[in-house]
Amino acid sequence: MNSPKPIPERTPVGGTDEHVFVERARLGDLAAFEELVNRYERKIFRLALNITGNREDAEDVLQEAFLKAYTNLDRFQGDSRFYTWLVRIAVNEGLMKLRKRRPNVVSFDQELEAEDDLLPRQVEDWGPNPEQRFAQIELQRILDEAIAGLEPDYRIVFVLRDIEQLSSEETAQALDISVPAVKSRLLRARLKLRERLNPYFRPGESPLPARPER
Amino acid sequence: MDCRTVIRELSEYLDGELDRTLFEEVERHLAHCQDCRLVVNTTKKTIEFYCNSALLPLPEDVRDRLHTALATRLKRQST
Repeated sequence: MNSPKPIPERTPVGGTDEHVFVERARLGDLAAFEELVNRYERKIFRLALNITGNREDAEDVLQEAFLKAYTNLDRFQGDSRFYTWLVRIAVNEGLMKLRKRRPNVVSFDQELEAEDDLLPRQVEDWGPNPEQRFAQIELQRILDEAIAGLEPDYRIVFVLRDIEQLSSEETAQALDISVPAVKSRLLRARLKLRERLNPYFRPGESPLPARPER
Repeated sequence: MDCRTVIRELSEYLDGELDRTLFEEVERHLAHCQDCRLVVNTTKKTIEFYCNSALLPLPEDVRDRLHTALATRLKRQST
């Protein structure tokens, strides 16, 4: 095996001047807040889409998250990045939308599944560049469908850690769960996604197998 | 170290968060267990697909509605 750190470096979000805009926005400078919106609107919309799986809900989440952030700026302590704080607001808005649509499905305090179901059922080699079998747009559809099929508890942790690239600590903070719970859910989410992608990337498959069940 | 333990440590192994002793135990297992090696490689690939997915521009209509809503509601608040 090669290096233990195959995953790309987590890129800092926001830049070093973020706090300047936050301070100015706190004093009522709408242009400074607008600058923060411009920086994060794409990321927050992607996050909202990944949580809700629905464009209309994602747009509501996007608007509400920024409105609430501005309204509550005086409660932002400055002990975390503004972006992490904004993510937390957006996650809460997204969860509210999910619970409205699918009550009983989202509960971050539910017991974790038993440990013994972690061993993968399908073990196959995908080859060096399995993604090259698909056009970019098709690959994106496959990835979107795979992630949308995950249970919300796992999906949201995966989205925050591996797509939005928050640390385990920031993810725990955003979801109000422990760091070990983040790590446990992240492992399961990664393994589940791997299994969901397997039908598309295993050798000898036609590029468009039947869609895996959700 | 058995396969079950390797899978349990998989995430932290891929994130480079294992301590040296555990890391070396995982490596030793992977050197002779092809199944675990395939799971590690395909999980790593899975993460990379999502990690590398492009951040698309906000659709124009969504952006317009966001900025209009902010302008209207925030100006109302600050007056």
